[in-house]
Amino acid sequence: MQAGTITGLIGPNGAGKTTVFNCLSGVIPAEAGQITFDGTQITTWRPEQISQRGLVRTFQIARGFPRLTVLETLLLHGEAQPGEDVVAALFSPGRWRKREAELITRAEEVAAQLNLTHVLDNMSSDLSGGQKKLLEIGRALMGRPKLILLDEPVAGVNPTLSGEIAERIAALRETGLTFLVVEHDMEIVARLCDPVIVMAAGAKLTEGSFEEVVSDPRVQDAYLGQRA
Amino acid sequence: MLSYLLATLTFAGVYALLALGLNVIWGMAGMINLGLAGFFALGAYASALATVALGLPIIVGIVIAIAFAAAAGALLSRLTLNLRGDYLAIVTLGFSEVIRLIAANEIWLTNGSDGIPGIPGPLRGTLTPLEFNALSCALLFAAVGLAWWMTERLRRAPFGRALRAIRDDETAAAVAGKPVRRYKVQAFAIGAGLLGLAGAAYAHFTSYVAPDIFRPLLTIYIFLALTAGGTGNTSGAVIGAFFVILILEGSRFIEPLFHGLSGAQGAALREIIIGSSLILIMRIRPQGLLAERPPKSLRTQ
Repeated sequence: MQAGTITGLIGPNGAGKTTVFNCLSGVIPAEAGQITFDGTQITTWRPEQISQRGLVRTFQIARGFPRLTVLETLLLHGEAQPGEDVVAALFSPGRWRKREAELITRAEEVAAQLNLTHVLDNMSSDLSGGQKKLLEIGRALMGRPKLILLDEPVAGVNPTLSGEIAERIAALRETGLTFLVVEHDMEIVARLCDPVIVMAAGAKLTEGSFEEVVSDPRVQDAYLGQRA
Repeated sequence: MLSYLLATLTFAGVYALLALGLNVIWGMAGMINLGLAGFFALGAYASALATVALGLPIIVGIVIAIAFAAAAGALLSRLTLNLRGDYLAIVTLGFSEVIRLIAANEIWLTNGSDGIPGIPGPLRGTLTPLEFNALSCALLFAAVGLAWWMTERLRRAPFGRALRAIRDDETAAAVAGKPVRRYKVQAFAIGAGLLGLAGAAYAHFTSYVAPDIFRPLLTIYIFLALTAGGTGNTSGAVIGAFFVILILEGSRFIEPLFHGLSGAQGAALREIIIGSSLILIMRIRPQGLLAERPPKSLRTQ
């Protein structure tokens, strides 16, 4: 993957797209092959190490923390918070409150970018589907990532809002971020992604611009079923 | 009567410590620990043996009890890291029964089912029984206050936020960059330390420990206390503990109102009252008397 791109990862259901995400983010250990990120071997790393390195993922079904507020969810993803250490939490509140104030500033910026400012104090479980998707992206942004894996960022979201989410992603790419996006909404893929990687039956089928891959007969076969 | 009241309040303090310990493990970090009685017993026996067999001062015994229970908690949670929900519940329940059976059978160490009598209490010889109860009550309340302050401080800190995130979704918390395993072991150890403190306090107040005290029913009472008070709410844990003691002791006074009950029937009536009151609370307030609220963020201050 090229830095600064929005790479699409498409393929029919069961092609293994989410499995790729799980391997990349360390949720499932890879059985074979190697994962290199930013010049570092991360094949056997644990999820939190990978996230701290700058590769952050979102989940397909907005998997959040229902009993945390939106602000808390964002703050949770901020790095270098000394108050997460039990001793500092008990005995040096001044130190973690200072860092907390910085993280709150950043959380407010992220929320403003994603139009979530007015729901910062709501419980995450009370958000609408689209807001949950935006919060997923917000969570990823809090960790100051280099590469964000987006798992179906617009699934189940109305067309107006999905267009808006796509715009936000494009704007974030301009700030130097790299994205790998799994998405079934081809309109969004066509608008956002270049290059596009096509997977089928657990393996990579082809790669190219959106126009190239959709005109590839093998891709059409994979989606529509094998011709006899 | 005053002496009885003070003793009851002291027991309520012991229950409050247990509920606060459970609140860290289950309320905040979401790990079901049905082994409360086991950690309670570890603390009680550790402090009893340290003071009776080794002749150490009470305060040293209590510190040993906390450290011992916390270490056992860390070890048990380290061994059960991959178990969730019901499976962790079964293992911890088994742990607590193992502790009770060891206490009943390792006679050279624990004096078996005869128990350990004559555990020293602070100034027990010099004070009248009433004064001793008053002092114990005051000390227990101070301990509960300290434990409340400590766990509430942890809850409000980013540490507590990470625990609540793990409770909601372990995988998402790991992806958020949180070392889930370390947090779980720490939370379990802190909670177990409080359970051990409760055990030591109980031993020094009653002067006697025996295996029969540490039956699983105690664990159930503490779960009821925390659920009734409000799981995840530090003040709720304390209030729930006092509430359970109120029902447990209060039902004593209802029993004589029903004439012609045999002893066994009377005891059964008490259990019925206890059970129904808790069902009633859960029907009316499923979230507990005090619902959990996210700590106030620094943003709004």
